[in-house]
Amino acid sequence: MEQLKTAWETFIPGNWCEKTDVRDFVQKNYTPYTGDEAFLAGPSARTQRLMEAFEAKLKEEREKGGVISIDTNTVSSLLNYPAAYLKKEDEIIVGLQTGAPLERGVNPFGGIRMARSACKAYGYELGEEVERSFHYRTTHNDGVFRAYTEDMRAMRHVGILTGLPDAYGRGRIIGDYRRIALYGIDYLIAEKKKDKENLGHNRMTEDRIRLTEELYKQIDFLGKLRDMAALYGCDISRPAENATEAIQWLYFGYLAANKEQNGAAMSLGRTGTFIDIYLERDIRRGLLTEEGAQELIDQFVIKLRMIRHLRTPEYNELFGGDPMWITEVVGGMGEDGRTLVTKTAFRFLHTLYNLGCAPEPNLTILWSENLPEAFKRYCARVSIDTDSIQYENDDLMRPTYGDDYAIACCVSAMKVGKQMQFFGARCNLPKILLLALNGGYEEKLNGKLGPDMEVMADEILDYDKVMERLNIYMSWLAAQYVDTMNVIHFMHDKYAYEKVQLALHDTEVERLMAFGAAGLSVIADSLSAIKYAKVRPVRNERGVITGFETEGDFPKFGNDDDRVDNIAQEILHTLITELRKNPTYRGAIHTLSVLTITSNVVYGKKTGATPDGRAAGEPFAPGANPMHNREKNGALASLNSVAKLSYDDCRDGISNTFSIVPEALGKNDDERVSNLVNILGGYFSQMAHHINVNVLNRQKLIDAMENPELYPNLTIRVSGYAVNFHKLSKEQQKEVISRTFHEKM
Amino acid sequence: MKGYVHSIQSLGTVDGPGVRSVIFTEGCPLRCAYCHNPDTWQCHAENQQDHADVAKKILRFYPYIKDGGVTFSGGEPCLQADFVRETALLLKEKGLHIAIDTCGEVLDDSVKALLETVDLVLLDIKMTTEESYREYIKGSLQNALDFLEYLESIGRDAWIRHVVVPGINDNEEDIDRLAELLRGHSCIKKVELLPFRTLCIEKYASLGITFPLADTPQMKESDLAKLNARLTEQMNA
Repeated sequence: MEQLKTAWETFIPGNWCEKTDVRDFVQKNYTPYTGDEAFLAGPSARTQRLMEAFEAKLKEEREKGGVISIDTNTVSSLLNYPAAYLKKEDEIIVGLQTGAPLERGVNPFGGIRMARSACKAYGYELGEEVERSFHYRTTHNDGVFRAYTEDMRAMRHVGILTGLPDAYGRGRIIGDYRRIALYGIDYLIAEKKKDKENLGHNRMTEDRIRLTEELYKQIDFLGKLRDMAALYGCDISRPAENATEAIQWLYFGYLAANKEQNGAAMSLGRTGTFIDIYLERDIRRGLLTEEGAQELIDQFVIKLRMIRHLRTPEYNELFGGDPMWITEVVGGMGEDGRTLVTKTAFRFLHTLYNLGCAPEPNLTILWSENLPEAFKRYCARVSIDTDSIQYENDDLMRPTYGDDYAIACCVSAMKVGKQMQFFGARCNLPKILLLALNGGYEEKLNGKLGPDMEVMADEILDYDKVMERLNIYMSWLAAQYVDTMNVIHFMHDKYAYEKVQLALHDTEVERLMAFGAAGLSVIADSLSAIKYAKVRPVRNERGVITGFETEGDFPKFGNDDDRVDNIAQEILHTLITELRKNPTYRGAIHTLSVLTITSNVVYGKKTGATPDGRAAGEPFAPGANPMHNREKNGALASLNSVAKLSYDDCRDGISNTFSIVPEALGKNDDERVSNLVNILGGYFSQMAHHINVNVLNRQKLIDAMENPELYPNLTIRVSGYAVNFHKLSKEQQKEVISRTFHEKM
Repeated sequence: MKGYVHSIQSLGTVDGPGVRSVIFTEGCPLRCAYCHNPDTWQCHAENQQDHADVAKKILRFYPYIKDGGVTFSGGEPCLQADFVRETALLLKEKGLHIAIDTCGEVLDDSVKALLETVDLVLLDIKMTTEESYREYIKGSLQNALDFLEYLESIGRDAWIRHVVVPGINDNEEDIDRLAELLRGHSCIKKVELLPFRTLCIEKYASLGITFPLADTPQMKESDLAKLNARLTEQMNA
């Protein structure tokens, strides 16, 4: 009790003092900031020295082909590495993932084969000890493949479903790391013990037995988390007493999650406004200056930029550029109408200047019409200067998720500590269309899967007939897709349960099952071609359709033309409606995203020619983007087409990547800032969901592709995240360069 | 009413203030040597659109352009002054700011009525002597100057835009003469010197038209900055 008094001194009490309720703490104690960026401080001398050490490591990592070293003899977990430092005397926030900076640990819980081949890809051999200990252990990957049906394997094999989290951690779960700082570990353990005890007062059904065991694991790992912090001399059993401790405690939680899990997206959440309360209190108490506050945020961000996971080359093809998706949301509005922008929102963005551009953390602006003007302008300026941030529509999400949600990965909203996601990668829509036209013959391998029908015999494809067919195959796809996800997440819970992250959730958590769709603009344009032009299928010697001759013009997605934009909307509506007909594991809520990461390249590679004129193997457009260079009416028309897609159908997000050359955005910096603010405002006022903004010239990218050594820090937004351009494969780089850069003047 | 519309560019930020949509009309009385829109010289029957349809398309962009506006460019919008005016009236009903981008060659009653409707005129003076105007523009400088006088007389805001081409109108005397022509007009709110660019070469090739300045180098930004400084100095002299 004494400890709580010191830690919570001067805080306004409320419900948060009685039970775990971080939102209530934030609402009662934060200070909205409506001013501009003039107050910000530059990097401290300590931070600059630390950055030098970090940059030297980054250089070494680049020179070694992307992986500095691998600790092949240790299984990554909370207590398996000693305390380690980047440059101890200059670090004020401490804690590394493994025994050395940027060294990658092995995490075979998702799948031992993946760990083995990842080591091999970088010239290492997985340690004997690790191999031995996993010889008798079932991994998540083992479990999934024991239960996959023949159909599921076939869909995976031909690329109808791709990138499924069946061999690596599913990720997309955001621990409420703030709880550690506010309450301390002992309190959190006590609460979980109470929950476990209460659960035992009920009949022990299968669900309750599972949850009881999960609570056991959560409590166990909260203890390990406390011990891990003790290795660094920190006692996190008690709440944080000042800003340094608050950030440090919170970071320990995030670090522990990354030692335990190699999830595809390990997002941070919504920490800025929370941290701001501690920073402002210390400033008021005279313990901290603005320089000191910025130093803490800078050093926290350096730590976040050092997080690494070991991946295989196949994984990198799907999720290019070694992304971590350490997504932190910034800004937004409260339900009471006050802005959640604080000075710390500016401080986070300012790290892109103090530390230089970088893709991580994945800073995501929650945009609202009512954000303070000065903040809107600062965000636009940061976009123009750095190409490192993305925007999502707070006015669209707040009604569903309240005002304490965060974004996992790129675009997936969830209430922090109250909701989690079962990540489901995505299905290939154009391929489903081809499968439907071919009555189940796969266009590349000539194997058969799905409903068994004849190849469509029409000389010219008839739109109504095609749609009838397509619906049959969409319905089949949906059932298979839900079942596949059920298998994956059953096994993930069983063999690779996220103990730390879920310990930082309410015990009764709401689950979202996130399905995804790739190739939206390709299927929309293809159906538009069938409807408005003449599409003649070309068949191979066995009668299977392998190409198309398309005669005449047709409306294309990205031109604000309802004739085709409606088709895109209908496809998504059909897909989510079909998905919802199938029951999910643990009663999860079905959601859908239109997001590809960089997998649009691989999806395209695995898909034959399509009626829209896209050649076999050619990449899809990323996310919900129109196909490259089919936009004939300029940027706003393109944005309008994407804005029409319904968020009600796509609660897991609709990703749009927008690239414009600086000269097309305005004549000088000030004009560009104002214009970008107006473009973002116009887009989001139409209830669009997400946008990545790149302000750069294609020529610069071409130059960077040819001379990567000259652009080590060139950062661009791709699909819901940012990457170092040099970390993308050549194929991915070429695809990015081929995209539409709005430049007409 | 019908008009010839080459295309609509939903996002423009360099043809007037703020975020704007730009309507490119077809047909032009001039043949500027450096023209970068040769595809708008001729009218095409299939490109006729109704003014109400054009306004409807533009209003789809209202959320973005409400603080910016709409610019009619071309081609030469004053060749279809009635059509432009009808369209502009519909847009003005929604409170949108209207600009026209013109060479000032045509000034009849229709154009005068149009000028009552628009908020801003982007006027291109192009050359500073009759001789060079005839040679490179195929028209008369006097018309542009008369147009400017008319704008001054009705008090319509104007931005002067002037393309600077290396070896043709890029020496200091050209700039001094331009300053001389513009000085003393209170309707002029801004003067922009634009650099000559060769981005349109491909467009000419695809139209099968010879680009007369294919071998002329692009205008250097640094040289342009110097001329801009001189122009400001001269205008204030």
